[in-house]
Amino acid sequence: MTMIADEGAQELRPRSELTARELLREVGSVLRLSEAEAAKLGDLPEDPDEDQTMVINMGPSHPSTHGVLRLMLELQGETVLRCKPIIGYLHTGMEKTGEQLTFMQGGTNVTRMDYASPLNNELVFSMATEKLLGIDGDIPERAQWMRMLLSELNRMSSHLLFMATNGMDLGAVSMMIYGWREREEVLRFFQKVTGLRMNHNFVRPGGLAADLPPGWRDDVLRILDLLPERLEEYDILMTGQPIWRERLQGVGVITPSEALALGATGPILRSTGVEWDLRRHDPYLRYDEVDFDIIVGSYGDAFDRYAIRLNEIRESMRIVRQILDKMPEGDYRIQDKKVTPPPRARIDESMEALIHHFKIFTEGFKVPEGEVYVAIESPRGEIGCYIASDGSPTPYRMHVRAPSFVNIQCLPHMMRGGLVADAVAVISSVDPVLGEVDR
Amino acid sequence: MTDSPEEQTEEVVEEVAAPEPEMFGCPMTESRGQLVLHVARDRYLDVAKQLADEGYAMCVDLTAVDYSKYMDRPLPASVSPERFEVVVNLLDITHSRRIRLRTQVPEADATIPTLFDLHPGTEAMEREVFDMFGIAFDGHPDPSRILMPEDWNGYPLRKDFQVGTIPVQFKGAAS
Amino acid sequence: MALGDVVNDGLGGLSHNVITGRLEDLVNWSRSRSSWPATFGLACCAIEMMASGAAHYDIARFGMEVFRASPRQADIMIVAGRVSQKMAPVLRQVYDQMMEPKWVISMGVCASSGGMFNNYAIVQGVDQIVPVDVYAPGCPPTPETLIHAIETLHTKIEQGEIMRRREKTGAGANIHVEEIPAGSVPVLLGRQSHD
Repeated sequence: MTMIADEGAQELRPRSELTARELLREVGSVLRLSEAEAAKLGDLPEDPDEDQTMVINMGPSHPSTHGVLRLMLELQGETVLRCKPIIGYLHTGMEKTGEQLTFMQGGTNVTRMDYASPLNNELVFSMATEKLLGIDGDIPERAQWMRMLLSELNRMSSHLLFMATNGMDLGAVSMMIYGWREREEVLRFFQKVTGLRMNHNFVRPGGLAADLPPGWRDDVLRILDLLPERLEEYDILMTGQPIWRERLQGVGVITPSEALALGATGPILRSTGVEWDLRRHDPYLRYDEVDFDIIVGSYGDAFDRYAIRLNEIRESMRIVRQILDKMPEGDYRIQDKKVTPPPRARIDESMEALIHHFKIFTEGFKVPEGEVYVAIESPRGEIGCYIASDGSPTPYRMHVRAPSFVNIQCLPHMMRGGLVADAVAVISSVDPVLGEVDR
Repeated sequence: MTDSPEEQTEEVVEEVAAPEPEMFGCPMTESRGQLVLHVARDRYLDVAKQLADEGYAMCVDLTAVDYSKYMDRPLPASVSPERFEVVVNLLDITHSRRIRLRTQVPEADATIPTLFDLHPGTEAMEREVFDMFGIAFDGHPDPSRILMPEDWNGYPLRKDFQVGTIPVQFKGAAS
Repeated sequence: MALGDVVNDGLGGLSHNVITGRLEDLVNWSRSRSSWPATFGLACCAIEMMASGAAHYDIARFGMEVFRASPRQADIMIVAGRVSQKMAPVLRQVYDQMMEPKWVISMGVCASSGGMFNNYAIVQGVDQIVPVDVYAPGCPPTPETLIHAIETLHTKIEQGEIMRRREKTGAGANIHVEEIPAGSVPVLLGRQSHD
């Protein structure tokens, strides 16, 4: 018994079946242009007839390690004319599940969206919850700095994952091994602090689940001592290498106006030259107290995006060094009894503590009515969490604005006029994580 | 805990008996320090254009909420609550400010104009809202499902759509 | 078996320099030592699967570092991640394209039973679609857990039990699926929905 995966209207349809507007969109024009201007886009002559082109299907199961993204490409020879991404192969109903789980449990759900940087998902959800509760100004200093430390380390591990998969997609298979080797160092630190290598559920509303273990400074310093020379190796292996440059420079170009119109954020927007980083321009946590540079590209191509992410690892290391110096003593969690369970040792001694713990973990804490949208800078762009609460312990509506979901809309623009062999390079430079695309 | 900003705003409004704060003719409220504009559906596209001219050039997020279980939510007096609300978050990069639009969409006529011509980035977001809530967007170039399979029945994020939890059964368990 | 002599004394220790054994044992031995996985990394478990293929946890020592993209060339399908409704027919199609003998490891709780996502969108256990031989629990399972699952599968392959059972019943890990009729009260876990 074979079932055929046919997605009907979601797939790339022949040109004759499309309206002019649909065709413009799939061809990759930004619709602020008139149709006449849009026809002049790209360096292709008039697009050929339907029967002279070939539609091929990439995915959803294909070796490019970005997950279950399906792309339908219309080709003329080796040139890509149209591209349509079809998503939904990892749709998990997380927003619906979010309505069933309490605010304390919400972190477990949200953390599995962008599984390459789970702590950032938990952070944005916790920040949105805290804003609704009204305690966002009262989070202890140590908790804020700890969150920043974990968020930056997560950025480093996510960008190392990008370097590894980008390298492998372009053929530099040894980069895959090196990238994972570095990642293991960071994941080992996470395992020591949070207990898990991935999907930690560590950032909770009110602070964090536990304090940093003794000896954490040495572990972080070990990572910071190890990485710089290895990043130099990658520079030698890739950045200066002619093959790498040929494969990435001029590939997947996007202009600033296109990126802004499509809502792209993160390294894609920065590669076009627009200097927009939420850590600097809309600061959260304690990013206004640390010194770091925003890396901005100029050509908007895949090479710029690669270089931005490589240098963002260096900037993150710089921030982590400053956090090491500035980390204050104090509570890792707000002492507000409403959101913070009692310490485990007290549960054995006191009945009130036991009941308090029980109530928080079964019933949850009630969050006042209202709605709020909070955004932070994840390694892929702006991740936002929109929560509407009706006064009950579970969110009435929980929506996550996933950066990859919006960034994938750039793919038709980037691929148009390019070669099919560059398609993989383009997808890889956008660095989508399908968990957050489909949720 | 003190009153939420919305309640405070309403209190002040009652005392001073001034017209409620508004922008472009639509009532404006504040939610936890964030500006929210309640736009009527027939003015939705115009207000979005005016905001885009004002500098809010990037549409960051477009989503919807099904308020059928919470119809008595706090809203300005001049806004009559409907079942669905379409929520749009806009961002102004040059001045680093954000604004939120909330539009009421009735259940009987669940359509709203598309923002695609103004913000091409809303294409996927509107498809997701259509897929999850069944709200149709007039003028959208590709109104098809995006997350669910093509032949799926129902709109999952509506409140009357069951979560689909399958009860966990243990072999030999007593009922 | 004569292999023991070779292991202890080297080839010189064997008086007649010939190894004898049953053909089935040799075939099973070679199958277990060189089983190539098909890439079916879906979600977070895929990251841990890639980590187990990387240098630190290295499944190349088990002969499995070549992740074949083409199902025709693969032996094991490691279903790593949550299977959504849209992905289910694709999964079955890829499984059908694999050549016999083939085995399935269901990696992670989402693939084994639906995991924490007991809702409309996720297939509650990939064994509803393909016969599974080994289940690896965890969310995500650490590479050590995955390697334990792989080693369990290799042991089963070596013993030949799976292929014999497969011939008889067509099932993988021999799961009993008993339908509990509607109307009898089920045991419910977790929160009820809002209404």
